[in-house]
Amino acid sequence: MLSAEEREVLSLSLRVAFWSVFVSLPFAVAVAYALARATFPGKTLFDAVVHLPLVLPPVVVGFFLLLLFGRRGPLGEILEQWFGIIVAFRWTGAALAAGIMGFPLMVRAIRLSFETMDRKLEAAASTLGAGRAGVFLTVTLPLALPGLITGVLLSFARSLGEFGATITFVSNIPGETRTLPLAIYTYTQTPAGDAAALRLSVIAAVLSLAALYVSEIMVRRAARRIAGEDAVARG
Amino acid sequence: MLSLEVERSLGDFRLAASFEAGEGVTALFGRSGAGKTSVVNAIAGILRPDRGRIAINGETMFDSARGIDVPTRKRRVGYVFQEGRLFPHLNVRQNLTYAGLFSRGMPASEFDRVVALLGLRELLERRPGNLSGGEKQRVAIGRALLSSPRLLLLDEPLASLDAHRRSEVLQYIELIRDDVKVPIVYVSHAVEEVLRIADTVVLMSAGSVLAVGPAEDVMGRTDLRPGQGTFEGGAVIDARVVEQDVENDLATLAFDGGTLTATNVDALIGEPVRVRIRARDVSIALERPQRISIRNILEGRISGIFNANGTAEVAITVGGITLRSRVTRRAAEELGLAQGLTVYALVKAVSLSRSGPP
Repeated sequence: MLSAEEREVLSLSLRVAFWSVFVSLPFAVAVAYALARATFPGKTLFDAVVHLPLVLPPVVVGFFLLLLFGRRGPLGEILEQWFGIIVAFRWTGAALAAGIMGFPLMVRAIRLSFETMDRKLEAAASTLGAGRAGVFLTVTLPLALPGLITGVLLSFARSLGEFGATITFVSNIPGETRTLPLAIYTYTQTPAGDAAALRLSVIAAVLSLAALYVSEIMVRRAARRIAGEDAVARG
Repeated sequence: MLSLEVERSLGDFRLAASFEAGEGVTALFGRSGAGKTSVVNAIAGILRPDRGRIAINGETMFDSARGIDVPTRKRRVGYVFQEGRLFPHLNVRQNLTYAGLFSRGMPASEFDRVVALLGLRELLERRPGNLSGGEKQRVAIGRALLSSPRLLLLDEPLASLDAHRRSEVLQYIELIRDDVKVPIVYVSHAVEEVLRIADTVVLMSAGSVLAVGPAEDVMGRTDLRPGQGTFEGGAVIDARVVEQDVENDLATLAFDGGTLTATNVDALIGEPVRVRIRARDVSIALERPQRISIRNILEGRISGIFNANGTAEVAITVGGITLRSRVTRRAAEELGLAQGLTVYALVKAVSLSRSGPP
């Protein structure tokens, strides 16, 4: 059904999207919690910086990443020397770019959950012996689950569709950084590549729809759960 | 044993309360906005007083002078909130055992005992969203009890329930009072609840404590009525059933100073009861009236007269108790009522406010 090349593009895209979401999730939870609950000097500025990828042209983000995380960039050197991770012109760099572009979306969704939940339940937990970490793990986080799922989906979808920052930062290398959008773009630039571009576009659409569908079911389930209803299927 | 002295300013509202509470049930009584919930929140460590100290069983929980502020989780105070606050993402069993996650487990025997006491067996696998209001409060009480508290705080636990559920949950609270030896602080603005359940009453108004004392005394003081909301002044008497005439539904109650007859007394012979006699239900005669329908006529001595507007509140000491009577000032003058005078109190109605062991 799929050609070897299509399978390669698809699996690369999924790998990039998975790792970008997986690695950014804990950071997003921490940042969302800080923005929702803490007050500290420079909070407004911090909030603005977190949202920057949402408003900057993706190409600009990609260019900054190139300056910072290139092999001679200050952060790129640290990553390579300390952790042995090279991101420049690698699929890991594509994941980094995708993660950063999706980060504000993830933070916004999770933060909203933290802000709207019933905080009185946290006070109740503390009277029952739970410390701050205990309250967070057993009450705050489970009650934020719908926001967490929504955040993961938005950032996953954003990762699958990431183009500008990726191509600027890690270029368009077949098998390494050529994700779905980059492959589609490449075909549209190739004579008689329209059919192949269309096939990949359909794949992208199916993938997005499937992700949306799965997350919708999960959010509904989680919402029912935190509404305290019994686990019986309903409507 | 609770000893408390706190001050706290919240905007325009100033809380300055201090009282000591012993064994049994201490009711914080007063209209809404009197600062009752602020006091229990301070005891639980949810609200931090500006100044003062709080000690439970001699252990200091808060002392601004010595810089002590034990965190909520270490105070071991079981808190039953007005709206229950069950964890919606956990089922009843998980809610009940929640406190065990943060201590060295929870003995199964203790769990079984509380489940049996509150009748929660059938609810264990249910989720809070589908429980009735009364069931929710029972679970909330069980959850608080299972945190092995030194003190149980109940903040208007019946406020969101209808009359039927109220008496059901109140019965369970009475069970806890009589069965589990843990001191209880009970917040309420309902006279009936307080009379039925409290041993000690702390009367609060506008952020401060107006009176502290045994329930019979505080609830009987008519001079405190402005602070008591809709409460009708009167006397509260602890008595014991000595005779039950089932045929005529008439019970004879003995108290320190005489006997009373009352209908509708749902208690066995020998059992203690608490009755309330409202000041407006007591008339005064200078001689023992003959051929009269009123059954309860008590001889006593006037121990005080308090004038207010057009009425006079007359305190009549009968044996070891003090009745209150409200008459018009003109009637008081015409009868020549004065302190020390022997009179007959004609009691038109006796209402039962509590039965069962004190």
